[in-house]
Amino acid sequence: MLRYIAKRILIAIPTILIVSVLVFTLQQLLPGDPVLTLAGEERDPQVLAFLREKYRLDDPIPVQYFAWFSQVLQGNLGISLRTDIPVLHLILSKLPVTIELAIFAMVIALAIGIPAGVIAAVRKGTSVDYAANVIALSGLSIPNFWLGILLIMLVSVRWKLLPASGFVPPSEDLWLNIKTMLMPAFVLGTGLSASLMRHTRSAMLGVLRSDYIRTAKAKGLLSHVVIMKHALRNALVPIITLSTLLFGELLAGAVLTEQIFTIPGFGKLIVDAVFNRDYAVVQGVVLCTAVGFIAMNLLADVLYVLANPRLRHAR
Amino acid sequence: MKKALSILAAAATLALTTTASAQTLRIGLNEDPDVLDPHRARTFVGRIVFTSLCDKLVDITPDLKFVPQLATEWTWTDPKTLTFKLRPGVKFHDGEPLNAAAVKANLDRARTLPDSLRKSELGSVESVETVDDLTVAVKLSRPDATLLSQLSDRAGMIMSPKALASADFGQKPICSGPYRFVERVQNDRIVLERFKDYWDAKNYSFERVVFQPVPDTTVRLANLKAGNLDLLERLAPSDVAAVKADSSLTFAPVSGIGYQGLTINTNNGERSKTPLGQDKRVRQALEYAIDRDVINEVVGAGIFPPAGQPFPEASPYNDKKFAAKKRDVEKAKKLLKEAGVDRVKFDLTFGTSTTTQQIAEIIQAMAAEAGFDISLRPTEFAAMQKEAQAGNFDVNVIGWSGRVDPDGNIHPFVTCKGGLNDGRYCNQELDRLLNEARITNDEAKRKELYDAAQTILQDEVPIIYTYYQPWPFVLAKKVQGFKPYPDGMIRLKGVSFSS
Repeated sequence: MLRYIAKRILIAIPTILIVSVLVFTLQQLLPGDPVLTLAGEERDPQVLAFLREKYRLDDPIPVQYFAWFSQVLQGNLGISLRTDIPVLHLILSKLPVTIELAIFAMVIALAIGIPAGVIAAVRKGTSVDYAANVIALSGLSIPNFWLGILLIMLVSVRWKLLPASGFVPPSEDLWLNIKTMLMPAFVLGTGLSASLMRHTRSAMLGVLRSDYIRTAKAKGLLSHVVIMKHALRNALVPIITLSTLLFGELLAGAVLTEQIFTIPGFGKLIVDAVFNRDYAVVQGVVLCTAVGFIAMNLLADVLYVLANPRLRHAR
Repeated sequence: MKKALSILAAAATLALTTTASAQTLRIGLNEDPDVLDPHRARTFVGRIVFTSLCDKLVDITPDLKFVPQLATEWTWTDPKTLTFKLRPGVKFHDGEPLNAAAVKANLDRARTLPDSLRKSELGSVESVETVDDLTVAVKLSRPDATLLSQLSDRAGMIMSPKALASADFGQKPICSGPYRFVERVQNDRIVLERFKDYWDAKNYSFERVVFQPVPDTTVRLANLKAGNLDLLERLAPSDVAAVKADSSLTFAPVSGIGYQGLTINTNNGERSKTPLGQDKRVRQALEYAIDRDVINEVVGAGIFPPAGQPFPEASPYNDKKFAAKKRDVEKAKKLLKEAGVDRVKFDLTFGTSTTTQQIAEIIQAMAAEAGFDISLRPTEFAAMQKEAQAGNFDVNVIGWSGRVDPDGNIHPFVTCKGGLNDGRYCNQELDRLLNEARITNDEAKRKELYDAAQTILQDEVPIIYTYYQPWPFVLAKKVQGFKPYPDGMIRLKGVSFSS
């Protein structure tokens, strides 16, 4: 087992290296000049030259890369060109916000998606099934920004129930924190619940047709016991896989929702950094995301082996 | 059920009002400011925060006159020496005294810090001398009529010299303004609190001021309507009608000191070798093809006053005789005929925003009637900046936030070596006039020089000014005493909540 893990980690190292090179070089393809952007309306040639030198922008790309990467290896991701704040500090302060949002969204998605899928499968072909399908389809096709703004107009402006946007750390005010998270999490969650519902439905339909369900029914078990205990449990495997994938997507893909609800998360951090040509932040964030994904993959592989004894011997 | 809902709503409103304490003013900004060090900062929103955080030597009035702030009086002892008397008893937020030595340390830092963006603003300063504890003499290498206005902005903000030594000043700024820095969460908020020892503390009523960047204009307005914000800057023109109709809001627009316009590539590389770039009659024709009143009414909802010159209406250097030209398609066609061209093709490049897009489309349609075939090139802003410098454009839609002194609105854009002269328009006579206006302190003489310069520009048209940049503020009804300034800054003196 340990050998297996060690092997996986060794494979992860070159992947991270390749990612770091890609991040660095692709960024050079961005049009625009970071120094011009940084200097804004004050284009003093002397200052431009100084900034170019300070951030080594005139060095050849490989030289820039090694200067940056050797710092990264020492745990220094650099400082933001725009605000002077250390990149690592930015990442560590934004990541929990996005993780919290992702967890909230996931809970909402699961709470809506799985029951809806189960009901749709059990009542296949009835009006309930069709209704669930229509709701799921609209969940998939309604754009986040539209739903977000609509919710703000209705819930915050008209009814004044929740704050329109922003973020309050849970350490400061837990209740307010939850209130600010509700709408964005709902917007993200409903979008995801649609695909969860569709997957649950088809997985349930597959299971409900199998022999052991027929046997269970023939034994005279109550139908809700058959559905919840025998069918759903078995149908859950692909749903769990999907959920973890969706969760990963949420961490990186909540950009639009974070923008609308002005949540200072990971997505907003990188979008702003790209627009401001804040290279240090872009590099740091993308690298961290890549490392995070690789770590999650590694973890999934290990868990998979732990969970399924047959795989241990298959190698 | 209904009852339960209304109780819930009441409870929520109560929770909202108690957490957002009655004496906290929340201001919605268009973007997140950059580094909070006046010498290194570059954003407009950063200047809005500094206005509450860092006092300057002098301030301005809504009609662009200079008034005392940290300096109580100033005199030109000779054309190359500007002497300031400082306000006695002023303290920095860390308790240090504000004196002549502190002012000298700040001006020296602004001039010498390698990445200071204030160097060119203080380019005429040769040395700063402390005459006595509360008197500073700024010695110049050449006369400079713009100096006082530079010192009414970031270059004149005085920070605590003791704090300047720390490496993270840009994250924990210490100045002497009415509010002191508490905390900043990037992309989320900047919190300031009342500075009890401020020299004019009685005129500032809020305990806390919170700046929140909310980039989406619709969401910014929704926050104000929902009571999460008390004041916002830069309302989208498309929301003007709705705000005016809303009795819970106050609309407070002001015509700014900046402008929007079209920069024509007249002299920057190969792309300038076109009829438009080379023949002033073609440029004049383009100007006559544009109806600025339509832009104002259709895109600007009436808050985009037509501009025909770089100086704002509030400026004493604005002259009626250079007012925006009315649209005249026949004249435009005639000018094109004189220039010997039938139809003129060019690319119009602009930064991607809804307003600019609309303006570009309107210009495209209007100019087509006079004989211009315009291709629209929406471009992301940073990319556009670089292409502009490299001369890779025909015509750019540009905006300038504006400066109090006339020099800042004209010199960098049309002098041969001007730092913001993307079209590289170059005219020796114009250079001479504008350089002289820079060193002329006498207002009447200076105005003559600018009039002469403007006469050349009106004829040569390297830039077509379209409208004056407005600063449309919106306030919750309870905010009283707010006065919009043409520089777009938010001054909180005398602003309070009505009880």
